[in-house]
Amino acid sequence: MTSTTTTTSALDAPTVSPLRLYRAHVRAILVETMRVPIAVIGAMAFPAMSLLFFVVPNRAVADDPVFATQAVISLSVFAVLASSLFNLGLSIAESREKPWDPYLRSLPLSSTVRIGAQLTATSVISLAAIIPVVLLGALTTAAEVSALGFVLGFAVLAVTSIPFLLIAVCIGYAFASKAAIAIIQVVMFGFAFAGGLFLPPQLFPEWLDAISRFIAARHARDLVISAAEVTAPELWVLIGVLAWTVIAGALAVWLYRRDEGRRYR
Amino acid sequence: MTTTSTATTLAHVDHVSRRFGSQLALDDVSLDIRSGEILGMLGPNGAGKSTLLSLLQGRRRPSSGTVELFGGRPTDARYRARLGSTPQETALPDTLRVGEVVDLVAAHFAERVPTAELSDEFGFADLLRRQCGALSGGQKRRIAVALAFVGRPSLVLLDEPTTGLDVDARHGLWAAIRRHRAAGTTVVVTSHYLEEIEALAERVVVIDRGRVIVDDTLDAVRSRVSSSIVTLRTSDADRVRELPGIVMSQPSEAGGRLELTISDSDEFVRVLVTSGLAFEGLTVRGSSLEETFLALTDTSSTIHSEGIRS
Repeated sequence: MTSTTTTTSALDAPTVSPLRLYRAHVRAILVETMRVPIAVIGAMAFPAMSLLFFVVPNRAVADDPVFATQAVISLSVFAVLASSLFNLGLSIAESREKPWDPYLRSLPLSSTVRIGAQLTATSVISLAAIIPVVLLGALTTAAEVSALGFVLGFAVLAVTSIPFLLIAVCIGYAFASKAAIAIIQVVMFGFAFAGGLFLPPQLFPEWLDAISRFIAARHARDLVISAAEVTAPELWVLIGVLAWTVIAGALAVWLYRRDEGRRYR
Repeated sequence: MTTTSTATTLAHVDHVSRRFGSQLALDDVSLDIRSGEILGMLGPNGAGKSTLLSLLQGRRRPSSGTVELFGGRPTDARYRARLGSTPQETALPDTLRVGEVVDLVAAHFAERVPTAELSDEFGFADLLRRQCGALSGGQKRRIAVALAFVGRPSLVLLDEPTTGLDVDARHGLWAAIRRHRAAGTTVVVTSHYLEEIEALAERVVVIDRGRVIVDDTLDAVRSRVSSSIVTLRTSDADRVRELPGIVMSQPSEAGGRLELTISDSDEFVRVLVTSGLAFEGLTVRGSSLEETFLALTDTSSTIHSEGIRS
């Protein structure tokens, strides 16, 4: 048998702009989410309810501009944390168990574009999730912030959501959906308590405060508060955010590349 | 077999094995996919066909050996730019509309077939506004196969494309696959239906238990498959088995009987009678395609093997 050994290379083929592909995926994910909007509604309701039940009745906090602002910021960070973990982490874990996700991997789609689109779509949902908290905080508590502080705080909140998103990607690709639900709840409440989102770190015993300084939620909270107060953040907070981003980012890319979908035996 | 100088190797599988834990799904498989052919991949469920396709799609990595697609590793997205395939189990995102799914998949390719043209060809023009969760199995199947062609790919991998389709829909799909083949698309189609492979393929690869056991033209495989089963009792089994024209022999379950797969039964009976060997209880029947295929993929039967007890 003779056969030609010529091999064609695909690299001379025209390629698709990654930006166009990214937009197509963001759109598809958002459309999918919005057609079953209960996930988004849940993400919006829980932090707002926490504010109404725990902060608003406690007038010592609610009537103090500094405490009230910190409480609203903490719950906004919690909203972003919960939305990231559930909307991204859980949906990744679930979609890995369906054959559609492996199919997308057979398309000429790079992991960067796919993960980027998932991060962006989740950020849009997270944005929706903080609106009720911020509105309720402004209407029912003494929380106050300057225009500059609001813009800065908002921008920093967006940046500090990146480690949460990357952690969610890691959980989504490391665990099956049933395990992911449990892990997400542990991480979410662990981060929320230890990170000072439910109780301010000023009330922490020394040992808990020490642990808290390694928690991504604490970094996010402190950094957003500094931004909203337009003060310089402490160095360890910045290092913390950066470290979580780098480590979780590297782990996320590694887990995505390693992942081959679920296979039952 | 001689390939023309215009045929190029689109994909190259070289001594590939793939394990899942202790299970060996592919065992030292080597295979070239050349442009301009329809390659039919035949094998029972669980034989390793889908695993082989998943390696070509870059969804999985081989445990050992190399897989090349368009001259590169298929795990690199750039090398999948001219590859089309179907989602497994025809899973489409439930909440997206059919038109949205077609557009999403099409967005990955530099050139695309317009949605209207694709949906006309594969017969789902009336479903474009429906959400995928509301479709029947057959409708999903047609759309899943159409997705493989939306990016005008050079190589298309179809995993069980017509499972669950009625006869009309199946023939319609076959016609579409042949049209794309005529337009220059290379197609790999897996099936556990011989009929489907016969209808489509020019080259047939039979996979069983992770190994390629046949890789030949359809005509050659067909001639192996269109054979007869001769059974007889004989005290001289060794010499009977040495007669010409026997493709395969095995002792029958019924004890003392020899079951022979014969390419030309008339000629064999003539030779058997003139040989003067003792035999009794001769029966001749045509083997079904299914039966011979099963024999090919059944390692308990012995192909031209020694040591058969009569």
